[in-house]
Amino acid sequence: MTNDVIRLLGRKDLFIQGDDAAVYGALIADCRFFAGYPITPATEVAEGMALWMPKLGGVYVQMEDEIASIAAVIGASCTGVKSMTATSGPGFSLMQECIGYACMAEIPCVIVNVQRGGPSTGQPTEAAQGDVMQAMWGTHGDHQIIALAPKSVQETLDLTIEAFNLSEDYRVPVILLLDAEIGHMREKVVLPEVVNVKVDERVPATIGPDKYRPYRTGFTRTSKVPEFAPFGSGYRTYVTGLTHDKRGFPVTTSADVHEELVRRLIEKVQDDMDVIWYHEDLFLDDAEIIVISYGTTSRPAVSAVKMARKSGIKVGHIRLITIWPFHYEKMKELLKNAHTIIVPEMNLGQMVHPIRETVGKDIKVISAPKIGGAIHTPYEILKCIEEE
Amino acid sequence: MKAGIRISGFGGQGIILSGVIVGKAAVFDGFNAVQTQSYGPEARGGSTRSEVVISDEEIDYPKVESASISIIMSQEAFFKYASRTKREGIIIYDPELIPDNKIEGDFKLAEINATRIASELGTKIVANIVMLGAFNEICNLISKDAMTESIKDSIPKMLDLNLNAFEAGKKNVKIINK
Repeated sequence: MTNDVIRLLGRKDLFIQGDDAAVYGALIADCRFFAGYPITPATEVAEGMALWMPKLGGVYVQMEDEIASIAAVIGASCTGVKSMTATSGPGFSLMQECIGYACMAEIPCVIVNVQRGGPSTGQPTEAAQGDVMQAMWGTHGDHQIIALAPKSVQETLDLTIEAFNLSEDYRVPVILLLDAEIGHMREKVVLPEVVNVKVDERVPATIGPDKYRPYRTGFTRTSKVPEFAPFGSGYRTYVTGLTHDKRGFPVTTSADVHEELVRRLIEKVQDDMDVIWYHEDLFLDDAEIIVISYGTTSRPAVSAVKMARKSGIKVGHIRLITIWPFHYEKMKELLKNAHTIIVPEMNLGQMVHPIRETVGKDIKVISAPKIGGAIHTPYEILKCIEEE
Repeated sequence: MKAGIRISGFGGQGIILSGVIVGKAAVFDGFNAVQTQSYGPEARGGSTRSEVVISDEEIDYPKVESASISIIMSQEAFFKYASRTKREGIIIYDPELIPDNKIEGDFKLAEINATRIASELGTKIVANIVMLGAFNEICNLISKDAMTESIKDSIPKMLDLNLNAFEAGKKNVKIINK
C-alpha cells in the first residue's frame, strides 16, 4: 500500500506546507481513517485527508466537534485501521478526556495539534508552543503519551510516519505538535524512497479466539504491550476506560490490579526510552552554554548558535525531537559540562521545567519565552547567549 | 546565494499565492526555499504578507528580516514594509495603488501598474501575476522557465490569462532611478 501511495503522490520534489506534509505522512503510514472538525490552522490537514481518503478506500468523517472526532478515531482504531485526527488548541482541550481513554484502553491513534496562540480561542492564525504541558499532562490520571515536535515541513512528513509507528508499537496515543508557523510554511519536501519507508503494525493476537485475553502481555517485542485482535475479527474483546484485568473486564476497587495496570501503561513506553527518544545536537563537544529548543523555535536557535560560534563563544545546541517522554538520564549526560542552559520557547516557559528538574541547581537554566505569534529572531536568542 | 523576498498587500490580492509561486519556482531551479505567511482571520481585506527565503544552502531561520526584494501592493503595506528592505535592495510596487511612494534610502525602485494592466487583460485578480512578471524581469534570481512552470503548477485554471499577465509584467516594468 505504501508503495502505491508514494507512486500516487507523483513528483518527488514537492513544495508543500506542513499541514499537507502531515497528510502525506499519514497516507504513507497506511492511515485510512480520519475524523475531525476543521479549525485554523489545522484545517488543511482535514482538507487533505478528505481529498485522499476516498481515493485510497479509506474513510473521512467530518464530525460535530472534537470530542466526537477523537472518539470516532478510537473506535475506528479498535477495528485495526490506523486512524488520525488533527486540531488546534481549543479542539485539543476538548479531546483530552478521550486521549486518556485511548491511553487506558491502549488504542493506537495519532493526534496532530497545529498549535496557535491560547488560552481559549486566542490567536487563530498565529503560532505558539503553548500546548506542550497539555500534551504531556492534559488528560487526568497517571499516564504516558508520546509527543513529537518537527522543525521543518520535511520532518513533519517523516515524523508523521514515525508517530504512527510508535503508536502501533506501544499502543499509545502519539501527539504530533506542530504550530501555525510550520503548519502553513511551505518548503521543499522529498518523498521517501519506497524501500526506505518503515511502516509498523500493531502485533496481532498470537493465540486462537478461545484462549485470547485482550490485555495479556509478554508476547510482543516490547513485552509490556499486549497483542491486538481487532473488533470484528471473531475474537472476543472488551474495551473500557475503567481499570480492568487482563480479560479487559472492569475491576475498579482492587489496588493491586490498578497499580499493575497503570504502572504497565507507563513502563511499556518508558522502558524503551532509548528507542523512542530522538534528538539532534550541534557543537556540544566544548560547549559551556547550551541552547535547548524544539519545533519551529529550533530554526532561529540554530542560526543564533552558528552566529555565536563565529564570534568565538563556546555554545552548543540540543534539539528535542521526542519532547515527551523526557530522557532525564541522557539529558543529564549531554548537559554535564555546561554552565548555562538557555531554553527559547513560544510560551512563557513549559519545556524549561523538565530541564530544570534534570540539572537541579548545578547549572543555571534561563527561560527565553516569546508569545504573541512571531517566532524568535536569531538575534533575540543570540542576545541571550551573549549575556551569559 | 541567499535572498529574502517579502510580498505584501491586503487579503484577496493573491499575496500568499504569489509567495508560493516564487518559492516553488526556486525549488524547480534547484534551490532550497521556504515560504511563510502572515494574515488575519478575515477572508478578504486585512493586511497580508508572504515571505520567501531562497538559498543554495539549508535554510535555518525561515523569516525575512530585511528583504533583498520587496513586492508591495497596498499603501498600508508600503508604509510598513518598504523601509524594511536591505540597502541596495529592490522595491517593486504598483504606483496606482500606492500614490504616496516617496521613500528615503538606498533602494532600487521599480514601478508596474499591475492592477490596471490586469484589468485591461480582463480581470484584476491577475494583478499579482503581473507583479511576478515584473519581479522576474528586474531580479536575476529565478529562471523564466521555472516561474512559468510554477505558475502552471500552482494555478490550473485560466493558464493563458495568467501567462499573459506574467509577460505583461515583464514588458511594462519601469526602473525609477533615484
